[in-house]
Amino acid sequence: MNGLTMVLGVIGADVHAVGNKILNHIFTEAGFKVINLGSMVTQKEFVEAAVETNAHMILVSSLYGHGEIDCKGLREKCNEAGLENIKLYVGGNLVVGKTDFKEVEEKFLAMGFDRVYPPGVDPEISIGHIYEDFDVKKS
Amino acid sequence: MELLLLCDFGSTYTKLVAVDPKAKKIAATAKSYTTIETDVTLGYELALNEITKKTGKNTVFTKKLASSSAAGGLKIISSGLVPDLTAKASRLAAASAGAKIIKTYSYELTAAEEQYINYASPDIVLLSGGTDGGNKDVLLHNARVVARTTGSFAVIIAGNRSVAEQAASIIAENGKEVVITENVMPDFNSLNIAPVKDVIRELFIKNIISAKGLDKIQAIMDMDIIPTPLAVFEACELLSTDFGELMAYDLGGATTDVYSMAKGLPAQENCFLQGIPEPFAKRTVEGDIGMRYSAEALIALIDEEQGLQNFCTKNNIDFSAFNKWQDICKKSPGVLPVDEYASYQPIDEALAKAAISLSTNRHVGTKSKVKTLAGEAFLQEGKDLTKIKHIIASGGAVINAKNPRAIMEAAFYAPQDLNLLKPFKADIWLDSANCLSAAGLLSRIEPQLALLLMKDNFDKI
Repeated sequence: MNGLTMVLGVIGADVHAVGNKILNHIFTEAGFKVINLGSMVTQKEFVEAAVETNAHMILVSSLYGHGEIDCKGLREKCNEAGLENIKLYVGGNLVVGKTDFKEVEEKFLAMGFDRVYPPGVDPEISIGHIYEDFDVKKS
Repeated sequence: MELLLLCDFGSTYTKLVAVDPKAKKIAATAKSYTTIETDVTLGYELALNEITKKTGKNTVFTKKLASSSAAGGLKIISSGLVPDLTAKASRLAAASAGAKIIKTYSYELTAAEEQYINYASPDIVLLSGGTDGGNKDVLLHNARVVARTTGSFAVIIAGNRSVAEQAASIIAENGKEVVITENVMPDFNSLNIAPVKDVIRELFIKNIISAKGLDKIQAIMDMDIIPTPLAVFEACELLSTDFGELMAYDLGGATTDVYSMAKGLPAQENCFLQGIPEPFAKRTVEGDIGMRYSAEALIALIDEEQGLQNFCTKNNIDFSAFNKWQDICKKSPGVLPVDEYASYQPIDEALAKAAISLSTNRHVGTKSKVKTLAGEAFLQEGKDLTKIKHIIASGGAVINAKNPRAIMEAAFYAPQDLNLLKPFKADIWLDSANCLSAAGLLSRIEPQLALLLMKDNFDKI
């Protein structure tokens, strides 16, 4: 265990469940305490799970192109719930069509996310980033 | 004649049921006023005399068991962190122990809530909050608040185990009794209500029976007195082994209790369960829905939902008669709409109908439609009780009603219920012999006999 608690889930009316199961497996193996909410998760559920479990981070997946609408306001909801310091990570097919990823990343950073990932990114990369963000030495 | 004696000390009546274990039937029943203010045995003796008058002088009671909801029942205030998570879990746990939950608080207790705890003088305060290793602040904060309240209640700590001991010592330092038990939600979204239930039962036996003036009764009884709703809960669990999934109602003067013995999982594949997975055996208790002591709160709910005038018009009730009946009930809560009051029968039944409808709405789950790229899907919260086949109806206002079926049909799904997962259609069984809590007590020693009594004495309506 690396002492970090993560809330994980697929946001919105998004039924993609397989990737979520893979991520759950990988992060658990890496030593995270994973609170996996599965697919079809609302913002309210993410926030409430993080409050109750005192999570360090929320990791949001979105595969169906409506990520922007679904994720808007999540940072504000966290602030409202007293989670000003929680880290927010997001990844997947966040927008429909061929938008330049740089643009997507900027958009989501402006929405209050700490890190944004394109589709197909290796989870090891994000684990490295998380360790950096939380100042954890990788063993 | 050798009989088993089952006693229920209610807020208004002391009800006795004598069961003949050889003939496998009820030998006699009797009731008298509960005399808890003076000496609870007075009312008990009166009812007992009535029983022996029917069963003969040489009646021997081989076992005597009792339940009680007298002196306000087992009053609990529960608290947690997030309303839909640990706060809800704490409420479910207390309800399953047979408590009358007077408030459930979430997040940090406020000064006003502290005042209310002082004023309400609960029997037990249940503190939860945070999964194990999760949020610590809320349990510690609430322990500090509860520690300085004035009541002499016991406190149960059933929250984040990382700070449970610290929270307990804050309470103990201030002179209150405190018991630590397992977290009601040790992991996110996993309910763990059995340990809290056990602790509540132990505290009830150890402290509350004597505090309510029931020692003299306890001395006569062969087993520990239990809260009446717990007896009903156990009767329902037993009955569900034979009937299959079911719901039960106890429509009382102060509260309306709703029980469901059902998994309540989503009925279709494209339906996703959200929130806490609820227990198979679930009880909800509504302190603001009742026929007498809580009538005012019930009427306020009706007014809010549909407007009182509209309610009266719809049910063909004269508004001034409605008010008059409320005055009569306030003066003498034991009153029934019979004899000189027979003209108020429709008013009482309309209120009962509203009570059943409102309490059902709070007990059952909800389902909402969402559009996804893979087509239509549904989100379900709470239990799907649409397929329930049996409903047990108990409580004075239903048993004594002229048309109990019309009252209980308010539990069924109606078009205006939209996304509520209420039963579509079910058989309704009336507990006309008033044997539900007695059967629950009996189930502790003779479950087969208890089951038989229920099946023999319930009337299908």
